[in-house]
Amino acid sequence: MNARILRWIVGVALAGAVGVGIFYLGMPSLLEWQSKFLARAFWWLLFCAALALFRVLKGPTAADRAVAVDMLGILIIGLCAVLSLATGRDWYIDIAIAWALQSFIGILALAKYLEGKDFDE
Amino acid sequence: MNETIGIGFIVLGLLFDFFGCVGLVRLPDVYNRLQAAAKCVTLGTCGILFGLFLCKGFGATGIKALLCLSFVLLTAPVSAHALARASFRAGVKPCEGTVVDDYMKDLEPKNIN
Repeated sequence: MNARILRWIVGVALAGAVGVGIFYLGMPSLLEWQSKFLARAFWWLLFCAALALFRVLKGPTAADRAVAVDMLGILIIGLCAVLSLATGRDWYIDIAIAWALQSFIGILALAKYLEGKDFDE
Repeated sequence: MNETIGIGFIVLGLLFDFFGCVGLVRLPDVYNRLQAAAKCVTLGTCGILFGLFLCKGFGATGIKALLCLSFVLLTAPVSAHALARASFRAGVKPCEGTVVDDYMKDLEPKNIN
């Protein structure tokens, strides 16, 4: 019971530290940012992708890792949309469309592999 | 006015993405994680893309955002369903508090290759 309370405290402190850090973090200087809010949205989505990567690292079975990789792909589509609005470069949304197509095909092939069948069934 | 509503949609999408990823980390089981993460992350990404469409208007970028939104809405449930079915057939057990398991009851032994 005590270990559970300690884990809750550590998790809430970590999330709060990341939130405060994102709120005070400046814009990264390698792109021309349109507004401060969109830079914060960029860092926020990177934090969500780090959570999904934590599940990829820790997942007990291969199915957990496949689920986390699927969610990471969908998150990156949103990240490309935010980048397209934040930097004013319109070709990021082309990357998002290509990523959606490729991630769908890849996850279907991964599901076939997990099921233990060949690819031509 | 359109940009304000679009920024509101983007904030909603960011919140849904965050809650989906928290469910992906916190829940105890493959099926629970899939249930929480697939729906929340899909709705969050669709919110972000719709906010981008509202900010950009009916240009090339806005139409591409609508196309990407419809594609994500069509393909994300299909891939989540395929992953759930594959992980059940691969032999991943549900967690200990599971009450009902109808798929195991329906699955005949001759259907498992």
